[in-house]
Amino acid sequence: MTIAAHFDIEYLQYLGPDGKLVADLPKGFDPKSLLPLFKQMLFVRVFDTKSIALQRTGKLGTYAACLGHEATHVGIGSSMRPEDVFAPSYREYGAQFMRGVQPREVLMYWGGDERGNDFQIPRNDYPWCVPISTQCLMAAGAALAFKLRKEPRIAVACCGDGGSSKTDFYAAVNSAGAYKLPLVLCVINNGWAISVPRSAQTGAETLAQKGIAGGLHCLQVDGNDLIAVLEAMRRAGERARNGEGGSVIEFMTYRLHDHTTADDARRYRGEDEVKAGWTREPMLRLRTFLTAKKLWDEAQEKAWLEECGKLVDVEINAYLESKVQPVEAMFDYLYADPPPDLLAQRAAAIALEKRNG
Amino acid sequence: MAEKTAANAAPAAITLIEAITQALAYEMRNDKSVVVLGEDVGVNGGVFRATAGLSATFGPERVLDTPLDETTIAGLTVGMASQGMKPVAEAQFDGFMYPMVDFIVCHAARMRYRTRGRLSCPMVLRVPWGGGIRAPEHHSEANESIFTNVPGLRVVMPSSPARAYGMLLAAIREPDPVIFFEPKRIYRQYKEVVADDGEALPLDVCYVLRDGTDLTLVTWGAQVKETLEAADALAKEGISAEVIDVATLKPLDFATIAESVSKTGRCVIVHEAAKTAGFGAEIAARLAEESMYDLVAPVERVTGYDTHIPLFRLEMKFLPSVDKIVAAAKRAVAHS
Repeated sequence: MTIAAHFDIEYLQYLGPDGKLVADLPKGFDPKSLLPLFKQMLFVRVFDTKSIALQRTGKLGTYAACLGHEATHVGIGSSMRPEDVFAPSYREYGAQFMRGVQPREVLMYWGGDERGNDFQIPRNDYPWCVPISTQCLMAAGAALAFKLRKEPRIAVACCGDGGSSKTDFYAAVNSAGAYKLPLVLCVINNGWAISVPRSAQTGAETLAQKGIAGGLHCLQVDGNDLIAVLEAMRRAGERARNGEGGSVIEFMTYRLHDHTTADDARRYRGEDEVKAGWTREPMLRLRTFLTAKKLWDEAQEKAWLEECGKLVDVEINAYLESKVQPVEAMFDYLYADPPPDLLAQRAAAIALEKRNG
Repeated sequence: MAEKTAANAAPAAITLIEAITQALAYEMRNDKSVVVLGEDVGVNGGVFRATAGLSATFGPERVLDTPLDETTIAGLTVGMASQGMKPVAEAQFDGFMYPMVDFIVCHAARMRYRTRGRLSCPMVLRVPWGGGIRAPEHHSEANESIFTNVPGLRVVMPSSPARAYGMLLAAIREPDPVIFFEPKRIYRQYKEVVADDGEALPLDVCYVLRDGTDLTLVTWGAQVKETLEAADALAKEGISAEVIDVATLKPLDFATIAESVSKTGRCVIVHEAAKTAGFGAEIAARLAEESMYDLVAPVERVTGYDTHIPLFRLEMKFLPSVDKIVAAAKRAVAHS
């Protein structure tokens, strides 16, 4: 038999679910560098918990929780440079906070206000993207712009396991290969696309291997292991910045919450699976590891969680106290130069507001 | 040497498709952020030759052949546009653009809106449009009204070389996305002198191509040809028809149409797309809303039938013809 081509998918894991190292740390890796990221993961979890509570009490619209994804999200965000561009789907708050998105912006978006997408810090990052995986291809376009302008920037997009089934994902993989783009496609495999399990998405053994068809660098990593996430992103980022092209990284994690607050996962998945998911979650192992290294202890955690609660409450209050946009806001950002007919509708909407008091 | 000669020469008479190429070349020289992308637009110069010579002049980094996937073209275009470039994408044929609709509707048209102006999408999608060239299936669609209903877009369609040049320049300079339909049946219908002076035309005006007093014929795209011929035929019978090329469908310059109808009292709308919810319906509705008391005859629409454009043995029977337009005009004039 003659083999035309041969491929392997490397799997990266350093920190096992029990908090013990299963492989030597990457060269030059300093465990101390994990500490601020662990704290950020805790912050994200506090934010997530409080956001769900806000929705349950009628103070927020439908919200997509990120429970269980914290290592993947924070790891991705922390590996990027400010001038890079991030294209999220709709739950990667941990990555976005690392880039300067404010929690109040997340709340504004899910609270029904477009101003949440007007990020004050990462001005070129893409807004949340509900049409599945279209952000992957937009990120490819952004990467193409960087390449054509010879800018040392990369684009990073996230989608889910379900998202990797979409035409747009394959198109992003293919164009990243065809143009050798500085693009990192992060497939965050949390096991579920609403009610459809990973096994029903594809016959492929891994989702990482989908990048092989496009000629990309591919990796599968334990997405609950922050060290593995950081190492995978370091490799992919380095390749992209060196002109070696794009990557597909599959992050193996688990969606501990419902798809969104509008979903009830009890309808389609068993308790045992979720219980098992909690034994592999990212915070647990990192806490064990950092505690063993004497970098963290219970008292520090208690104090930090208290601090996180206060920080998130400030954000929640800023959101709750924000005024609704005036009615004309729905007209004001449609065109740079709005046509007269639209301005007439705008005037009519304002007049109606005034009449109704 | 050759370049100098060309620059000094008097402006040449060119076809509509050559005007497209001329506008692309002008704006690529003028603005380094303009890139052209699509299938076969590079060395091949496009299947209709719209990008002929651009790759040789500007290089493969400004004239990008894409993988053969319309989704890819649309997604890359939105991505590039939202990061400060001005991509001019080509959908090779009208019937191939449907996979692009997701990006046009969900992203291009609302990038500025959804981000409160933080990001925008200054892109042009050029679409060779319409039937009548004896092409294979899916190469002859008149699908403009799919896009005229989408907020955030501009939808335009030139019908002469001069308007093609000026409107394409304007479309590329426009800060919001423009769907630029090119009536392929009249790509090479006639030549006219178009100065390569970089002068853009507005993207919000209709053109009165012929003055008249008895009725107003409103049309756009390739049907401008038949409509003008119908006006000639009507003139021989003593009927004076005003002819308006809508040219910019979204936003619609309704004032020009209303002014004409206030003079003539009659209006026949001619378009190639199927009748139901075609863009003619919008014009007829506006006339009903704003010009009813000027009308002395019912508004008529001469359009494609509410079926798919047939393969080419029958396609000319589907399209509006001079005879159909003349008959509708006479029915209108019979009212007083």
